[in-house]
Amino acid sequence: MKLKSLLVGVGLLAGLGTAHAEDPFKVGFVYVGPVGDLGWSYEHDRGRQEMEKYFDGKVETTYVENVPEGADAERVITQLAKSGNDLIFTTSFGYMNPTLKVAKRFPKTTFEHATGYKRAKNMGTYVLRTYEGRYVSGVAAGLLTKTNTIGYIGSFPIPEVIRDIDATYMAAKSVNPDVKIKIVWVNSWYDPGKETDAANALMDQGVDVMLQHTDSPAPLIAAEKRGIRAIGQASDQSSFAPNAHVFSVRDDWAPYYIKTTKAVMDGTYKPTDFWGGFQDDMLSLASINDNLPKEVRAKIDETFEKIDSGEFHPFTGPITDNKGNLVVPAGHTLTDVELAQVNWYVEGIADEVPR
Amino acid sequence: MDIDLITQILFATIKTGTPLLFIALGEVICEKSGVLNLGQEGMMLMGAVVGFMCALATGNLGFAIFASMAMGAAMSLIFGFLVLHLGANQVATGLALTIFGTGLSAFIGSGVVGQTLQGFQPIIIPVLSDIPVIGKILFTHDLLVYLSFIIAAVLAFVANKTRLGLTLRAVGENPHAANAIGIKVLRVRYLAIMFGGAMAGLAGAYMSLSYTPMWVENMTSGRGWIALALVVFASWRIGNIMLGAYLFGLASIMHLVLQGMGWTISPNLLAMLPYIATVVVMVIISADQFKEKLLAPRSLGKPFDPRQMA
Repeated sequence: MKLKSLLVGVGLLAGLGTAHAEDPFKVGFVYVGPVGDLGWSYEHDRGRQEMEKYFDGKVETTYVENVPEGADAERVITQLAKSGNDLIFTTSFGYMNPTLKVAKRFPKTTFEHATGYKRAKNMGTYVLRTYEGRYVSGVAAGLLTKTNTIGYIGSFPIPEVIRDIDATYMAAKSVNPDVKIKIVWVNSWYDPGKETDAANALMDQGVDVMLQHTDSPAPLIAAEKRGIRAIGQASDQSSFAPNAHVFSVRDDWAPYYIKTTKAVMDGTYKPTDFWGGFQDDMLSLASINDNLPKEVRAKIDETFEKIDSGEFHPFTGPITDNKGNLVVPAGHTLTDVELAQVNWYVEGIADEVPR
Repeated sequence: MDIDLITQILFATIKTGTPLLFIALGEVICEKSGVLNLGQEGMMLMGAVVGFMCALATGNLGFAIFASMAMGAAMSLIFGFLVLHLGANQVATGLALTIFGTGLSAFIGSGVVGQTLQGFQPIIIPVLSDIPVIGKILFTHDLLVYLSFIIAAVLAFVANKTRLGLTLRAVGENPHAANAIGIKVLRVRYLAIMFGGAMAGLAGAYMSLSYTPMWVENMTSGRGWIALALVVFASWRIGNIMLGAYLFGLASIMHLVLQGMGWTISPNLLAMLPYIATVVVMVIISADQFKEKLLAPRSLGKPFDPRQMA
């Protein structure tokens, strides 16, 4: 790899003598966690690397990791725009307003913000249909629980997380009418210690299958120690819990990063609100454990197929929220815009969304 | 709430409080000698990564703990040299140490991200663990938790009842007077700083070898800062530090347990708490008249130059 970039460099220098070498297309990334988190930021960075490999020297990428959501983010994004990046991906919900602000100041640069809803002429958004993975997870959890209590470690009560809790619970209930869900918020995307504490608190209260919407593998390690089941998120976390691990819902951002970068390079880019899931190969079930009962495995595969083929959408009415209001009428499937505004728990979740 | 759940909560409280206890015990000794080291987080991360790598390479947890403590102490020596010999500003140097440790630990640990190891296993102490409730809460932990009990007890004794403790206090209260009666002020401060570093390293090792047996970047998530706040809350008393560490542990556990029971607590409010605590500490440390009331070492944060008179 080093040798190759050296050769590219030499080639560029040689080119300088005769004509101006073409500047590589520059793409910047902003990550909320460390790239070594083995979760959210790790997967974005894997997508970045694959994208860079795909363009084979024609695209140059930089990234900034561990950027707090807020004033710091605005500074980092501005810096990336100033230093000549043509396209900038900002990869956390809290970067939405900073990204929009900077996008207005740098109209020639293209911005893409993950998980947000604000767009501009030069700013699009993209998100994963994580609820698809959660729905399959919920089916597995509902079948595997013996105490009829599944647990969910939440990060922040934003629509994406709430929607996934709903998907999980609806799925679990569809295979196990008696199932209950216990939800614990840790107010962090990434704090292995706190995630461990949350996992233990859930297990102390009878939870025997655990899901998480936080990024470290700590809850899986805790589950392995106590001999219960857990489902990994964002990246393949099977190595942390060989027995406990059911499967991981793995993110894959590379297809989108390649597609978008191509569009901006070709001048065909239009800001859109892109949602990628099983069908787009941006979500997959990684490392399904061999130690699952056969019928559970079959049900997992069946549910995956149904969503992947487009036959089934988890948010199809009638759906009632836990206060008794009909939130999705019969026959209606929530549109992406509506999905982005989910702020209610479905019927049967004995808890309230924190405000 | 039944008795089993309460037992579990208190058991978890001890585990959650233990890393805070380790760092805070190291820091209080350092501060008693008059030196404020804000580099806890950096030293802790270095201790965590080095301990984890050693355990992976050698399979020997005892050696890993030793390496973590040595690493923490070595990091603190850099700090010691800068503030004691070159008279650098303690606050700025400490912050730099944290930033340095955070970056360096991520760099050297990048190769072991995602690896797993067994870590410390619980040791059930016979007889004592059979005591109802208390036995489960106090005597079914792993070796490092017991070690934290022992270190706290020994330090409380040394600081309050021995000549060594008196020397340490003398240096922290009035280094010039201590110097005049023949105490080697800089030597005492060096040792106190190194002790603080070793304890931070140990806290890091607890994180990566017992609490969450793995290494990922920045895995301490600000515990070093909370421990700094703890020292002030405890008004520099070792008994209070133990209480404070467990109180903080209890608060964070209760927040999680209550949610599991269906209580809704504003996450924003709770997310603020450690930061509010840190702000309070900063205010208190920078306001002199408060210091005496809170029994802070009188020369805390001030460089010592033997050529100057007090």
